[in-house]
Amino acid sequence: MAGKVGVLALQGAFREHCRALADVGVEAVEVRQAGELAGLEGLVIPGGESTTMSKLMVAYGLEAPIRELHAAGAPLFGTCAGMILAARDAVDGLPDQRYLGLIDIVVRRNAFGRQVASFEAALALAGDPEPLTGVFIRAPWIESAGDGVQVLAEHGGHAVAAQQGSVLVTAFHPELTGDRRLHRRFAEMVERARGAVAA
Amino acid sequence: MAETGTMRVKSGLAEMLKGGVIMDVTNAEQARIAEDAGACAVMALERVPADIRRDGGVARMADPTKIREIQETVTIPVMAKARIGHFVEAQILEALEVDYIDESEVLTPADEANHINKWDFKVPFVCGATNLGEALRRIAEGAAMIRSKGEAGTGNVVEATRHMRSILGDIRRLQSMDENELYSAAKEHRAPYDLIHNVAENGRLPVVTFTAGGLATPADAAMMMQLGADGVFVGSGIFKSGDPAQRASAIVKATTHFNDAAVLAEVSTGLGEPMVGIEMSELGEDGLLQTRGW
Repeated sequence: MAGKVGVLALQGAFREHCRALADVGVEAVEVRQAGELAGLEGLVIPGGESTTMSKLMVAYGLEAPIRELHAAGAPLFGTCAGMILAARDAVDGLPDQRYLGLIDIVVRRNAFGRQVASFEAALALAGDPEPLTGVFIRAPWIESAGDGVQVLAEHGGHAVAAQQGSVLVTAFHPELTGDRRLHRRFAEMVERARGAVAA
Repeated sequence: MAETGTMRVKSGLAEMLKGGVIMDVTNAEQARIAEDAGACAVMALERVPADIRRDGGVARMADPTKIREIQETVTIPVMAKARIGHFVEAQILEALEVDYIDESEVLTPADEANHINKWDFKVPFVCGATNLGEALRRIAEGAAMIRSKGEAGTGNVVEATRHMRSILGDIRRLQSMDENELYSAAKEHRAPYDLIHNVAENGRLPVVTFTAGGLATPADAAMMMQLGADGVFVGSGIFKSGDPAQRASAIVKATTHFNDAAVLAEVSTGLGEPMVGIEMSELGEDGLLQTRGW
């Protein structure tokens, strides 16, 4: 029987991720406390304010348990603020901002500018002939990526989607459009990880 | 290739603020305290509502110096207030690149008949509403986010409760109507039929809906969340209290863990003096801010 995927629900667009996961046949549960991570087969860190989410993650002791969940094989999907939190570091973050370091990328926060510069654009997704609409809101970009990281999409010469092993990140918000390709990709990662554990 | 200022991008930022607390701040130091406490955005203004209420006079958009100072201090979104109908204040705020404009009844209205045509702007707007019809009229004018008005600067949550219950109750009533009844409902609410139909079908406003006006404690914030708010604005409640940093942090935690009474008990403990509240009957009709806007 398929297990559940958690959506970090400290703040931000967690409901939209739950809906998107349901659309691709994955049961999602909201996670606010460390105890709620037990037994999950994957975790989504949604868009929101990374500063707020980071502070609440520290206050409720979620960092170590999320790292442990990932180390145990659970895939992770981070969008926008979620990408920032999953990164190794940021070039311009607050001094006390914390990063989970689950993917070998360095991000630049609010890289595309303030809200008046927020935009929608068609993106070419690696290995997919059909373009995907990216909704970028005060979005970050990937400033640099390690050798093991596969860049999945770029905009204006900057990487805006990437995957390394079982970690998928996007600078934009796939949960705000009806296009479920990236959630399906994540669901397949969860499916494969379950197979690996069973084997 | 890239399109800015779309409704999806405007309402999208509000989606990212959900489950969070937007705090009124009047200077860089307060903005820093708010960000450190975990605010998901700050509202830059000249005076908090409690002071506007006390001092009287015409309340206007904040000085750009103040807004810039706050923008330079924090990385979270910075919102600012324009007077109802004052489209030039809004143009100035857009030029300053604030992240959201609050067309707010807390300031003195500049137009007694018309609100700002918010479709003219790339920057998104949040507007106050006391009931469903008012919320839908603002959305028809281009608002990308709604906040129930409450009664700002009172530290009394009773009006916020009234407005949330009114909006959500009217949404539930629309859901029980048949197609034919929706036409008369549109007339009754003085709102466009398309929006009435959309709300009846989806059971919610088409944009993110926060609560504002009179919230002073973590319990107030959690109550609004349990009533169905997507997030909360806290104005005077933080910086008019005894220990703003601690209260701000407690309200952030209460908004996230709004359904967890054990967390609410913990964060409500030992917060020091809350702001002194005002009983509604002391205000009188003339003292109400919520009746501004049409």
